[in-house]
Amino acid sequence: MLEVAGIDAFYGQSQALFGMSLEVGTGQVVSLMGRNGMGKTSTVRAIMGLLPPRNGSLRFMGRDLTSLAPYRIAQLGLGLVPEGRQIFPNLTVRENLIATARPGDGQREAWTLARVYTLFPRLEERQGSMGDQLSGGEQQMLAIGRALMTNPKLLLLDEATEGLAPLIRAEIWSCLAGLKDAGQAILVVDKNVEALTDICDHHFIVEKGHLVWSGNSTELRANPEVQHQYLGV
Amino acid sequence: MNQRQIWLTLATLALFAAVPPLTVVFDQPFYMDVVARIMILAIAAVSLDLILGYGGMVSFGHAAYMGVGAYAVGILSYYGIDNGFLQIPLAMGASALIGLIFGAMSLRTSGVYFIMITLAFAQMLYFLAVSLEEFGGDDGMSAMRSEFAGLLDLNDPLQFYYLIFVCLALILLFLHRLVLSRFGMVIRASRGNERRMQALGFPTYRYKLAAFTIAATLCGLSGALFANLNEFVSPDAMQWTHSGEIMIMVIMGGMGTLIGPVLGAAAFLLLEENLPEWMELIMTNAGEHWAIVMGPILIAIVLFGRGGIHALFARRGGGSHG
Repeated sequence: MLEVAGIDAFYGQSQALFGMSLEVGTGQVVSLMGRNGMGKTSTVRAIMGLLPPRNGSLRFMGRDLTSLAPYRIAQLGLGLVPEGRQIFPNLTVRENLIATARPGDGQREAWTLARVYTLFPRLEERQGSMGDQLSGGEQQMLAIGRALMTNPKLLLLDEATEGLAPLIRAEIWSCLAGLKDAGQAILVVDKNVEALTDICDHHFIVEKGHLVWSGNSTELRANPEVQHQYLGV
Repeated sequence: MNQRQIWLTLATLALFAAVPPLTVVFDQPFYMDVVARIMILAIAAVSLDLILGYGGMVSFGHAAYMGVGAYAVGILSYYGIDNGFLQIPLAMGASALIGLIFGAMSLRTSGVYFIMITLAFAQMLYFLAVSLEEFGGDDGMSAMRSEFAGLLDLNDPLQFYYLIFVCLALILLFLHRLVLSRFGMVIRASRGNERRMQALGFPTYRYKLAAFTIAATLCGLSGALFANLNEFVSPDAMQWTHSGEIMIMVIMGGMGTLIGPVLGAAAFLLLEENLPEWMELIMTNAGEHWAIVMGPILIAIVLFGRGGIHALFARRGGGSHG
């Protein structure tokens, strides 16, 4: 459903992505891994139109994304859970969820406030709190809930569990596994190789803006030197 | 908006409603005029607060829309059209149109550039008004009060007062609903993080432009009422200092709250009205230098009274900064 092929992207003069490529199939859960500063977030930003690539192609469900504004790309069905969560601090939890909600396409069970509250009961307890009064874990749940409320065809998570307590991490991973079972396509950026090999169908590893390795979980497990060289595990 | 803010709003409105009988009891008819002026500027200030406090758009040319509304009434009156049913919609329509055009261009910029370009547009209109010899140029022009045949007589101070009161109350109700609506959420959220809003699928430019136009329209109504109150229209209404005063009312009263700017307008105009007298009591002829005292008061409020006058009444409300 998402095809990224040979994109170059720049921050001003300095090049961040060199012919970066990856692919997400319908219903697939795919990981994007790499050390800090290697181009994971830049790839995600390029997909969302926040860092328009100079060369290469970006296609989603057959549509070319390269010349679209970020809001148009999001409307096509890409839901981003950004790095650092970026909750709206001056809206309540409930307002954060419903402000940007969009109805589903009717093909799958649509995400509603009630369904998000079932997935994260904690958010219902805190629905009247302002966005800046939440713990990190609650913020991450809210960011995921906010993205789900747009009923995305593809969910993108940038640093899904960064900076969270182990118990909360486990909860986020089991939530993602649940979403996968429901048929949700996901592209997830994270550093936890073990959790990612459990949940993902396919992996892409980025190093200095280049795609350096890709394969499935079995291949990644069988390749400790890849893990060591590019992920520092 | 929390419970406290709603009570504060209702209490303020109740006080405004009670002013005419009170002026009779205390034999101070002059104060009805002062409070009418306060309410008119309160309309301008809350309209600015929609974009400044809730939307984070620092428009430094908001008086321009007051001027457009006032000149619409003045010019129609000049050509003998005193029908208020025509004047008021035209005044608001003209402000909306100019707000839409200025907003469409200004909102392509942000930060300091936005402040400067809104200021520049307002100054453009100011000098346009100055150059209109036909309509009094620098000296301004007189305007007859609008006629609402069969409904209201604005030459009756009481009827005029309550017309302004009803306008203010309806606008507060409208903005209260607007801010809590989904449209309002998008505006508030864009203030916090506009790119995030775009990445979630919202063309924030259009939402901001809609808010900007609504603010200009409401400010146009304030201008039309202002022209009626003074029975006079002049370019001063859109001078940049006037834009600054409206902004001070918003900041003094409390940005991002609806009742704040109303309290700010009241505080500003009452100080402006009374400070010279109070200073005369201390020293003869000190009254004409009232601005020397007014300035430090404003600075003190901005420095020490975070959240403005509103915060004194509604400490730590859940949605107060929302």
